[in-house]
Amino acid sequence: MLREKITPDTTKKEIGQISEISDEKILDCLQCGKCTAGCPAIHGMDIMPHQVIRLLQLGQVDKLLASTTIWGCAACFTCLSRCPRKVDLSKIMEALRLIVLRTKGNQRLEIDKVPELLAKQIPQQAIVSGFRKYVK
Amino acid sequence: MQRVGVFICWCGTNISSTVNIEQVVAALENIPGVVYIKDYQYMCSEIGQNLVKDAIKEQNINRVVVASCSPRMHEATFRKAAAAAGLNPYLVEIANIREHCSWVHKDKEAATQKAISLTRAAVAKAILNEQLIPGEVGVEKRALVIGGGIAGIQTALDIAEAGYQVDLVEKTPSIGGKMAQLDKTFPTLDCSACILTPKMVDLALNSKINLYSYSEVTEVNGFVGNFEVTINQKARSIEMEKCTGCGICLAKCPAKKALSEFEEGLAKRAAIYTPFPQAVPNVPVIDRETCIKFVTGKCGLCAKLCPTGAIDYEQKDQIVNQKYGVIIVATGYDLINLDRFGEYQYLDHPDIITGLEFERLVNAAGPTGGKLVRPSDQKQPKKVVFIQCVGSRDKSERGKAYCSKICCMYTAKHAMLLRDKYPDCEAYVFYIDVRTAGKGFEEFQRRAVENYGVNYIKGMVGKIFPGDNQLQVNGVDALSGELLQLEADLVVLAAATQAKPEADEVARMLSISIDRDRFFTEAHPKLRPVETHCAGIYLAGACQGPKDIPETVAQASAAATKAIGVLSKNKLVNNPCVAKVEQAVCSGCLACIKICPYEAITEQVIEEKTRGKVRLRRVAEVNETLCQGCGGCTVACRPGAIDLKGFSNQQILAEVDAICR
Amino acid sequence: MNYSYYPGCTLKTKAQGLEACAFKSAQVLGVNLVEQEEWQCCGAVYPLAADEIGTKLASVRSLVAARTKGEKLVTLCAACHQVIKRVNHDMKTKEDMREKVNNYLQLKEDYQGESEVIHYLELLRDEVGFESLAKKVKVSLAGRKVAAYYGCLLLRPREIMDFDDPERPTILEKFLESLGASPVNYPYRTECCGGYLSIEREEVVEKMVNKIIDSALQQGAEEIVTACPLCKYNLENSSLCQKGEIVVSYFTELLAESLQVKEG
Repeated sequence: MLREKITPDTTKKEIGQISEISDEKILDCLQCGKCTAGCPAIHGMDIMPHQVIRLLQLGQVDKLLASTTIWGCAACFTCLSRCPRKVDLSKIMEALRLIVLRTKGNQRLEIDKVPELLAKQIPQQAIVSGFRKYVK
Repeated sequence: MQRVGVFICWCGTNISSTVNIEQVVAALENIPGVVYIKDYQYMCSEIGQNLVKDAIKEQNINRVVVASCSPRMHEATFRKAAAAAGLNPYLVEIANIREHCSWVHKDKEAATQKAISLTRAAVAKAILNEQLIPGEVGVEKRALVIGGGIAGIQTALDIAEAGYQVDLVEKTPSIGGKMAQLDKTFPTLDCSACILTPKMVDLALNSKINLYSYSEVTEVNGFVGNFEVTINQKARSIEMEKCTGCGICLAKCPAKKALSEFEEGLAKRAAIYTPFPQAVPNVPVIDRETCIKFVTGKCGLCAKLCPTGAIDYEQKDQIVNQKYGVIIVATGYDLINLDRFGEYQYLDHPDIITGLEFERLVNAAGPTGGKLVRPSDQKQPKKVVFIQCVGSRDKSERGKAYCSKICCMYTAKHAMLLRDKYPDCEAYVFYIDVRTAGKGFEEFQRRAVENYGVNYIKGMVGKIFPGDNQLQVNGVDALSGELLQLEADLVVLAAATQAKPEADEVARMLSISIDRDRFFTEAHPKLRPVETHCAGIYLAGACQGPKDIPETVAQASAAATKAIGVLSKNKLVNNPCVAKVEQAVCSGCLACIKICPYEAITEQVIEEKTRGKVRLRRVAEVNETLCQGCGGCTVACRPGAIDLKGFSNQQILAEVDAICR
Repeated sequence: MNYSYYPGCTLKTKAQGLEACAFKSAQVLGVNLVEQEEWQCCGAVYPLAADEIGTKLASVRSLVAARTKGEKLVTLCAACHQVIKRVNHDMKTKEDMREKVNNYLQLKEDYQGESEVIHYLELLRDEVGFESLAKKVKVSLAGRKVAAYYGCLLLRPREIMDFDDPERPTILEKFLESLGASPVNYPYRTECCGGYLSIEREEVVEKMVNKIIDSALQQGAEEIVTACPLCKYNLENSSLCQKGEIVVSYFTELLAESLQVKEG
C-alpha cells in the first residue's frame, strides 16, 4: 500500500479523541520497545504495545480498534513505571477501548452473565472492574 | 550637542522578517538628537562597520546606537569600529532587537513596536553616555586546573608547554580520572593506560606543574588575572617527601575490607592504599574511616614497618592560598546510580554490572588479571547481554533526558573485545538507536556487527529475572516484533553519564553557571565553547557535557590556548563600567560594603569644612580594580550616591521613560 | 488512635477474611479503625480517561468524610487503595477536575486533596511500626517460608502511590519478618496476575499466574500472601494452586494468626 499522508484525514478525528481522553503525547515515544519487553499480558495481544504507539503515530487507528491488544491490557502500569519517556500506555489503551465502548451496541459484558460469574467465587471487585472496563 | 547615529541591522532576515525595518526608521526620525539613520542587511560585516565609521567621520556623529543582536554577540565589534573612527567606544549603545524581539515574537506588528521601543530606549541612554577610559590591571602568571582526569592533565601539560606555571588540584589520591580505569579506547582499541600513564608521568616530572593531589579548592575570590584561591590539602597521613613508594605498608596493612574505588568495588583494598600501581603521585593515603589505628587506636603496623618513617597519624589538613591569572575547570563526570532501575536487578545480582565495571573485568591490571569471569562464581560467561541507554534519553525521574554520547561506542568496543578474546561467547546488544558520529566511529561499530558477529537488537529489555545459574533477560526485537528470552551469564548496563554531585557547589564557588542537568554552561554553544560567562574561567572535558576522550582532549587543549592568551598578557584592560560614589551625597551608612560580593568598597574618612569648622565624615570608597560593575551597591545605596559608570541611575530612568512614552 | 476506614465491596462479601483479621489485629495493636458511615463502591478500577469525572465521585465523598473527621483514611483492598489514592492525587494536582468535582458536589468547603490515604500495610509500617508489631507477636511464624506477592495496584505508578519501590519493594517482606516468618525473594513478586482479565480472558491469566507461582516455588516458597482479593482469586484459580502445590492467603490472616486473634 502506498501512503500519501502519515495521518490520513479519515482518522484525524480519532487521533484527536485519543489524545484528549488519554492526555498522553504519542510523539514522546522513541519506539524502544521497553513496554512490550516487560508486558506481562503480552501473550493475549495481536499488536505489541510499542506497535500500538507506532500505529497511532501513523494514524492507523482502525487496526487498533479491531485488535485483541486493547482488551488484553490488564492496566498493571508496568509499562508506565519503566517507560523512559513517561508515556502512560495504559491511558492510551483505555482511550482506544472507550472509543469502541462509547459507540452504541459495542458493550462487551452482558448483565445476564453476572449471576453466573458470582457463582464462580470470582470476587465482586472483578465484576465491578468488568463493568468499568467492558461496558459504558 | 549630542548627535546620535542609529544603525539598524536586518541580520539577513533574522530581524527583518519579523520587524518592519522601514517603520522603525520612520519612528526614529523625529526623535530629538537623532541626526542620522541607516539600515543594512549585515551591519556586523565589513561594509556595515564601515557605514558606522564613515558616519562618525562624515556626519559628525558623537553617539552610536546599533539596533541588532545581543550585545553579548557584537557589542565589542561595534565598539572597536567606533574606536577606529576616533570615537570613545563607550559611547556606543546596542539595542537588542533580535534575541529580545524578532526571535521570540511572531506577530510582526507587535514586534515592530517593541523594536521601536527598544531602540528609542537605547537612544535615550546613548545621549547620556559619557566617555570612559578603561584602566589596566596586572596578570598573575599562573594557572589553576581543577580536576586531574585526562582533561585536566592535557590542559596542564599544554599550559606548562607554553612556559607558564600550573597548579593542578585533584580530589582523589591520584591523577588519571576515569580514563585510568578504562581497558582499551575506541575507535582504535589502543590500551588506555599505554597512552595515559606517559602523560601522567610527564605531568609529575614537569617543573612548571605543581600537583596538589588529595586536595580540594574551597574558596575562589577575585577576577580574571587575579583570582585568589584557597586549596585544602587533605591529610594523607603520609609525609610525601619521605615516602619512596616502596609499597610495604600496602602489603602488610591488616585492614583489607574496604571496597576499591578504582576497581569499582570489584576488589578490596587496604586502609592504606594507592588507588592503582601507576598512581601519580605514587604515595599512599590512609583511609581514616577503615584504618584500625584511627578506628580503635591500636595497630600502627604501617608506621612500624615504614623504612623511611613517612607515616604520620597526626597529620592535619593544610590550607594553601595562591593567586592565579586563570582557572580551568575539568571536574569530569559520574555514572548515574542504578538504585531506581530495579528491573535490571543491578543491586540484587552480582552478574549484572556497569560498563565501567566491565572495563575493570577485562583489564589485564584489573581484579581478575584480565580474565573475564562472572563475579558470582568466577566462571567464564558464554552469553553476555549488553543493554544501552540505561537512564539515558529518559525523561522520567529515574534518568537523564540527554544522550550520554559515549555508550554506543564503548558498548561496541566491549562486545568486540569480548568476541575477540572469547570467540565462543555470544554477545547481544539491546539499543534504541546506534549513534556513531565521529571520525572512524561508524566503521568501528559496523566492524562489531559485520566482522565480530555481535548481535545488535533494536529494542529494550523489560526485566531481568535471575534464575539459579543464569539471568533470564526478557527483551523485544522491536523491528521484527518478536519477543526475546535470553539466558545470559552476564549483563552489562550502559548507565547514563551525569554531572558530578558537587557541580552545584563548584559553580557557586566560581560564579559560573550550570544547565538544568547540572553540567557547566559554556559562554556560547557554538562560538565560545570552552569559555564560561566568567572571564578567565574555562571548561575542559565532561564537566561541560558528556564527551569521549578525543573530544575531551581537543577541548582541554582549546581551554589551555584560551588560558595562555590571558597569561601571555602583562596587563589586562579593566572594565571601566564600575561603581562611583558621589561622596557629597553619601550618608556613610555603608550598606554598600555588606552587599558588595567583590569586597571592592571600603570605608573612608574625609575632612569637610562647614561654616569654617573642619569636620570628619565617614563615606564609602570604591576600589576600581576590584569592582566588577555588578551594580548591587547602586541599588543598596539609600541616598542614591552610587552610580555605575555607563549605567547611571539617570540613564536607566531615561531608558524607562523612553519605553513608556 | 482513630482512623477512618474504607472497606470496599469485596471485603464485605468474598474477602471477609481479609477484613475480619485486619480488625481483630488492629484492636490488639491499639489502632481504632472506624468504618465510614456511607461509603460507596470505589469502582474497583481507577478511571484512566481524563474526561471521566462521575466515576471518581464515590472516592471523593469518602475523602471528604475523612477530612471532616480529621482522620487518615485507611484502606485494605489494594484496588480500593489505588482508586482512592489516585483520585485524591487528581484532586490535589488537576485543577480542571478539581473545579468540576467541586462544582458538582457543592460542598461547604471545596475539597483539594487534603485527606491522607494510607493502606493498612503503611499503617503497620509507619504508624504502629514493624518493631513494635514484632514485640506483640504471640505465635511466631518462624520457619514458614512465605512468598509475598505484591501485584500492581499498591506499587504503580510509583510517583502517585508513593508506597514502595515498584521494582524492588520490601514492605511485605519486612512485615513477614516482624511476624517471625522467612520471606522468600522471587523475581515475579511484582509481576501482574492479570487482574480483571479473568472475566473474559482466563487463558491469558492462567499463563500469568502460573509464572508467578512457579517462580515462588522455585525459590522454596511454601505459601503466598497478598493484599488484593482479585490477586488471591487469580492465583488460587491457577492450575498449580488447584493441584495443591501452594496455598494463598491474605497478609492479615498471617497477622491475626501470629497475634492469636484469628479464631473466634
